[in-house]
Amino acid sequence: MRKRLVSMIMAGTLAMSLALTGCTSGGGTTTPDAGSTGDTGAQTGDTGETTEAPAAASGELIKVGVVNNPPSESGYREANVKDMEAVFSEANGYELKTSYSLKNDEQLQAAQGFITEGVDYLLISAAETTGWDEVLKKAQEAGIKVYLFDRMIDVDESLYEAAVVSDMAAEGDTAVQWLLDQNLDEYNVIHIQGAMGSDAQIGRTGALDEQFASGKMNKVVQQTATWDEAEAKKIVESVINSGESFNVIYAENDGMAKGAVAALDEAGITHGVGGDVIVMGFDCNKWALRELLDQKWNYDGQCSPFQAQIISDLIKSGDAPSSKKIINEEKGFDATTITQADIDTYGLGE
Amino acid sequence: MQEQEHSLLEMRHINKLFPGVKALSNVDFTLRKGEVHALMGENGAGKSTLIKVLTGVYQNDGGEISVDGVKINIRSPQDAQNNGISTVYQEITLCPNLTVAENMFIGRVDSFLVRHKDYEKRADKILGELGIPARSTQILGSCSLAVQQMVAIARAVDMKCKVLILDEPTSSLDDKEVNVLFDLMRDLKGRGVGIIFVTHFLEQVYEICDRITVLRNGELVGEYLTEELPQVQLVAKMIGKDLDELSSFDGVEEKHFDDSDIFYEASSLSSSDALPFDFAIHKGEVNGFTGLLGSGRSESVRAIFGADKINGGTVKIKGEPVKINKPIDAMKHGIGYLAEDRKRDGIIADLSVRENIILALQVMKGFFRPISRSEAESFADEYIKVLNIKTASRETPIGSLSGGNQQKVILARWLLTHPDYLILDEPTRGIDVGTKLEIQKLVLKLAEDGVSVTFISSEIEEMLRTCSRLIVMRDRHVVGELRGADLNQTQVMKTIAGGEAANEK
Amino acid sequence: MKNKITNIFKGGFGQLTIPIVAICMLVVFNLFRDPSFFSVGITHNNDGNIVLAGNLISIINAASELAVLAMGMTLVTAACAGQDISVGAAAAIAGSAFVKVLKSGPEITGFSVILAFVIACCVAMIFGAFNGTLVSVFNIQPMIATLILFTCGRSIAYWINGGASVPVDSPIIKAIGSFIPGIPVPTPVLIVILVAIIFKLVFHFTSLELFTQSVGINGNASRLNGINATFIRLLTFIILGVCVAVAGIIGVSRLGLINHETLLLDVEMDAILAVAIGGNNLGGGKFKISGSIIGAYVIHMLTVTLYAMKVPSTDVKAYKAIVIVILVVIGSPVIKSKFTKFMTQMKNRKQAVSMKGT
Repeated sequence: MRKRLVSMIMAGTLAMSLALTGCTSGGGTTTPDAGSTGDTGAQTGDTGETTEAPAAASGELIKVGVVNNPPSESGYREANVKDMEAVFSEANGYELKTSYSLKNDEQLQAAQGFITEGVDYLLISAAETTGWDEVLKKAQEAGIKVYLFDRMIDVDESLYEAAVVSDMAAEGDTAVQWLLDQNLDEYNVIHIQGAMGSDAQIGRTGALDEQFASGKMNKVVQQTATWDEAEAKKIVESVINSGESFNVIYAENDGMAKGAVAALDEAGITHGVGGDVIVMGFDCNKWALRELLDQKWNYDGQCSPFQAQIISDLIKSGDAPSSKKIINEEKGFDATTITQADIDTYGLGE
Repeated sequence: MQEQEHSLLEMRHINKLFPGVKALSNVDFTLRKGEVHALMGENGAGKSTLIKVLTGVYQNDGGEISVDGVKINIRSPQDAQNNGISTVYQEITLCPNLTVAENMFIGRVDSFLVRHKDYEKRADKILGELGIPARSTQILGSCSLAVQQMVAIARAVDMKCKVLILDEPTSSLDDKEVNVLFDLMRDLKGRGVGIIFVTHFLEQVYEICDRITVLRNGELVGEYLTEELPQVQLVAKMIGKDLDELSSFDGVEEKHFDDSDIFYEASSLSSSDALPFDFAIHKGEVNGFTGLLGSGRSESVRAIFGADKINGGTVKIKGEPVKINKPIDAMKHGIGYLAEDRKRDGIIADLSVRENIILALQVMKGFFRPISRSEAESFADEYIKVLNIKTASRETPIGSLSGGNQQKVILARWLLTHPDYLILDEPTRGIDVGTKLEIQKLVLKLAEDGVSVTFISSEIEEMLRTCSRLIVMRDRHVVGELRGADLNQTQVMKTIAGGEAANEK
Repeated sequence: MKNKITNIFKGGFGQLTIPIVAICMLVVFNLFRDPSFFSVGITHNNDGNIVLAGNLISIINAASELAVLAMGMTLVTAACAGQDISVGAAAAIAGSAFVKVLKSGPEITGFSVILAFVIACCVAMIFGAFNGTLVSVFNIQPMIATLILFTCGRSIAYWINGGASVPVDSPIIKAIGSFIPGIPVPTPVLIVILVAIIFKLVFHFTSLELFTQSVGINGNASRLNGINATFIRLLTFIILGVCVAVAGIIGVSRLGLINHETLLLDVEMDAILAVAIGGNNLGGGKFKISGSIIGAYVIHMLTVTLYAMKVPSTDVKAYKAIVIVILVVIGSPVIKSKFTKFMTQMKNRKQAVSMKGT
């Protein structure tokens, strides 16, 4: 009996790992064998934007391994992944290998795999900021150059060429500055945080925490909803039911802002421009910007998901980057000034 | 076996209370060195309770126990073992996926480092001494049930047991295996071990036991020397009434059937477990399948019911060819089947008596036509009364009923479907004498009402009493068909044993 | 009064004792902490409807998806002696399918919502049948069989819509996810009641309950009584599929948004817990759907209580775990038998005393 159980479990683990690999290879958009077909000029569809074949003609493609979060994580990530795929295309002289996971250990494994495969460049957007030392050292030993994008990692600077990141702290500062500029009599803030410990959460929380500490703003509640819309709704509902008054909702992404607004709607609390409660979100999904345009929300901040071109330029130029940390330009939109053109240009997703 | 012989185990004035029931009241039991002592009684008489008190599963609520004249307290099974009291249960409680040696030493190895070789050597030595046909390195599950049981006994012997309790050890063994077990018991007896033997098989009591202690309703009826207590009287003491009922009940008159009356007919029917065989049964006939365990008798009737995967053969019901591949097919054609292993294939333990009774009928009525609660209750009440099922209520989980009453519930389940043909595989195994008689009577009554019945029992006596025709199987083949004057113990034995075939009808 | 209480402990509610006691304890605790905790108010929502509001409404409203899933999970547990851990992922798939159908039309109408609902149900039933086939035909343990969909379900959900979070905006969706104009009770609560009634009717008009229990308790015997155990097990998974679709659609409609990464995240564990708290044996066999529903409300009452106490949501899971461990241990057979033993001893002693008295 016990033996049977053990073998069952083993079979299960095997099935799971099979399913896992099945999913990642299916879910990712890796084109490992595109290199071989490239010689015959049969290009796969999505690279039509630039002139064809110069890279193929020059022979060797630059092998780039990208360790990223899955595009399904958020609209931001989706745009980010699409950007990577477009820039590091075969037409531009790259052979792109990708691995997408939300889990740090799976990401570490993938990075390890890319090192073994012998890529020329390793591009990483880490799920967590810790645990990367060993892998990056191995990459260095193998002569692989590492670029971080979107998210920082807690390692010695010498282990990577450069980090192209959004300055999340600046993003938070911009948003909080905007809030201060509204000149409210008092600030009673419901602060809904993202997954604790993520870069975005830390950056977006920091500026607000300063205001709480200085007493300029009053913290009604500060809870994490781990990017979960439904959880955000519950948090706001709980505050409404407790009878405490509040006039600002600062949600660290659009989805959670949407959840919070759903709670407000059910309780009959007005929000947006001219409403009782100011609603702030982040990420600039197109649908969220449309809420701004409708004046249902007040503010949406963005960190740019487009880092690929900067990294590509660095690789192609061959020069050492001027600084270890390269900051992407950030934006913030106000409901009173946003235009349809802004949505079309900067909005993510559909 | 003299009276003055040294008494090994003495239990005096044992009492055991359960909420609302006095399970044992003032029971005495004495076991002497080197004797086999049968503990007899109907189900619920208190045999298992007494055993459980002795082995520390239950605490006694009064009375004392002494071993070798020393008063002892038994608070747990471990205590019992330390005092040299070992039990081998009806169901094998060893681990079938470990080796024989591992099973013999499991749980009593004193260090973490297990020296397999040493243990295997020691196990082989014990097995050899006791003449048990097993190797220490064999996986236990690959041994026959009898050998597994003997390994359990060997384990007990190696633990220096003085008192060995065998609880229904023979119920799943065939005659040959029983004999080997008895040889082992005699051997142990010679070494001075006292054996308490609990069984339903009266013949076996007379074959091996020196003394008999009879319990009834939690009270001691008496202790007797086997040779001084005739079998009929033993039964009388167990059920506590005179034997008019028993004696009035022997033999079935020969009935004659026309071929036009054939209800069920199979030719070269075979399944994954049964070799091809021919079989037919008339309306209102009671026939039996006999043979040793593993002779294919159960497998054959399972094939009739479609319980195993059917491989081939043709089946006719009332002359019409039909297909029976699954139990539901058989049920739709009016066939019912009471399985051999009640626990595994019969009862749905956690469900109530009511739900167990209506189950088969409900399946036949179909998924979308449930029997209403009130209907089900009246069905249950009716059969609880008709079959005299002893249960607290119709909502009691069947698992908490005694074996005999569980069997009656399963019988009720099939009777409720009003079958034309009922297959009963060992309906009387492990149940008390009174219920056995009731079931036998019921079978004959069903036949009178025109129901065909196939009856299988390990007790040939019982089959001779109920069946008008016996099909004898050996090594998965039908080797004979007995009827009329041939229906006697000797002829059946001869046919089972082979040699002079009794095929002439 | 005293008698009644002891009756409850002696199993006056039978299987439901534990969940009912748990919910009572939480209610008492909350009333003690904040007497106004359960006050229900009436407000106008932003669409101008009169609606009920308050913690009690929040609890039964937020527990809706879980309650629906727990009902289906109870059946699977009973028949298969195991649980489906892919319900969260499957709900994301069903929700994505629902949104996909809505988005493929020019506008969202009553008809397109019904069509989307039917298609989402079909999709979830197909995935349920996939799980069910692995379990019933190939005899794979349910947790392991459903591990496959658990692992890749949310990726499949992503492929359906492509985008990360796709909004659906329509008064009909809003009516499903929050309030129907003119009805002050949240629609998800009504859906739970409707699903519960449907289960009740199914049990009344079919033999599903008896057959499921039989198969779960003794598959062999059930087969020999003509029950098609394979089919029954498969059926329970398909029924769970419908529950999954309903839960997924409630989740999507609540926010007018599908986010396959976060929709009903970790709900499978809560659903299994609801079944366990409801006093159902996770090893299969006898079951009570009502127990699981109460179990779902217990879990959410606990969450809302903790939120109201401003326990950091990162710690909520730990507190939940503590309470659940206590509940499950109290409900374990070991403690139960100890308790009955204790009660009979007390009773005997009392009798002895009263006998002495006379």
